[in-house]
Amino acid sequence: MGNPMKIRAAVKEGVTEVKILMQHEMETGLRKEADGTLVPAWFITEVKAQYQGRTVLEAQFGQSVSKNPYLMFRFKGGSAGEKVTVSWVDNKGDNRADEATITG
Amino acid sequence: MAIFYQGDQMKNKQIHQAFMVLALSMSFAAVAAESAVTDSERIEQYREMISDGNPAEFDEMRGEELWKKPGGPKMASLEKCNLGKGAGVVKGAYAELPKYFKDTRRVQDLESRLLTCMTTLQGIPEEEITAKPFASAKKASDISSLATYVVGQSKGVKMKVSTKHPKVKESYEIGKRIFNYRAGPYDFGCSTCHATSGVRIRMQDLPNMRSNKKDAQIAYTGWPAYRVSQGLTRSFQWRLNDCFRQQRFPEPKFASEATIALTTYLAVSANGAEYVGPGLKR
Repeated sequence: MGNPMKIRAAVKEGVTEVKILMQHEMETGLRKEADGTLVPAWFITEVKAQYQGRTVLEAQFGQSVSKNPYLMFRFKGGSAGEKVTVSWVDNKGDNRADEATITG
Repeated sequence: MAIFYQGDQMKNKQIHQAFMVLALSMSFAAVAAESAVTDSERIEQYREMISDGNPAEFDEMRGEELWKKPGGPKMASLEKCNLGKGAGVVKGAYAELPKYFKDTRRVQDLESRLLTCMTTLQGIPEEEITAKPFASAKKASDISSLATYVVGQSKGVKMKVSTKHPKVKESYEIGKRIFNYRAGPYDFGCSTCHATSGVRIRMQDLPNMRSNKKDAQIAYTGWPAYRVSQGLTRSFQWRLNDCFRQQRFPEPKFASEATIALTTYLAVSANGAEYVGPGLKR
């Protein structure tokens, strides 16, 4: 299982803003070690955010996304005290899911 | 901007009205091309966008765990470590460092003090820590993570480094001399880059740390920092080590008297500014 994410979610005037900081190496597969061997690709391929069982964001990530990616998005609705769940899957099949409580 | 959900889709799935920061940064680039947004303004925008998500936070978390977890041959935690405000007091400690410590009878910055605590409280041999004191892509550094945690506990605290003690005053004066000392194959010194206003290297504006108080404050309180290009959180000792490398000086010893003196000079120059916590650099 991957390392924990930091998630912040806050609702304002009916719109919830979610800020996610993921912990991941995001290796492109193009980088080489000092001895010339290729560092194998290792990156997040899919990110999903859910609110009350509904998917509010689905994203496909690739090699061009930086190490420890940060993602911010907004969705209509959401109320304080409720939870937002974020999960990712990487190309090695590893995954991670974390949740955050929406603040008012 | 295919990331935006539009049209009919939105009626059905209003909740899908989401957008990504990636899309946002693309539009920023477009705006910048039209109007005269300077590079440093763009860097500022970028910093602002990701200031909520500084990956240095992960290093803070790691450092906090290391601080509280018993370790070393003595299986002791660092919770009794005295950073200058009494045993175990972490809050606001960084804002007052470097300081003179009676037990070691010398002026110490944060990292040299952590070194003292790790060797005395936990019984870790000094050479074991100083052999590789900086983090690399392959291996995290415990002392560096601990430093990130400690500085994070001074967020919002005003820098207040006292030079009342004669030893601190002496350290400050030595640091000032090191700052202005030019040598090496390029006749280089800290002052070559950091004592003139309004100069830059490529896109980087260079702070005038000798005579512009505000520049000195911003520069000092921006460290330690997460370096996006390296994917690592870098400590202040690392920053100085890299400065000496860029000057083509011999590599300074980790937590040596010279590095502490320079730190003292720079920390005092930043007095009065609010410490903002681990920073974020390109």
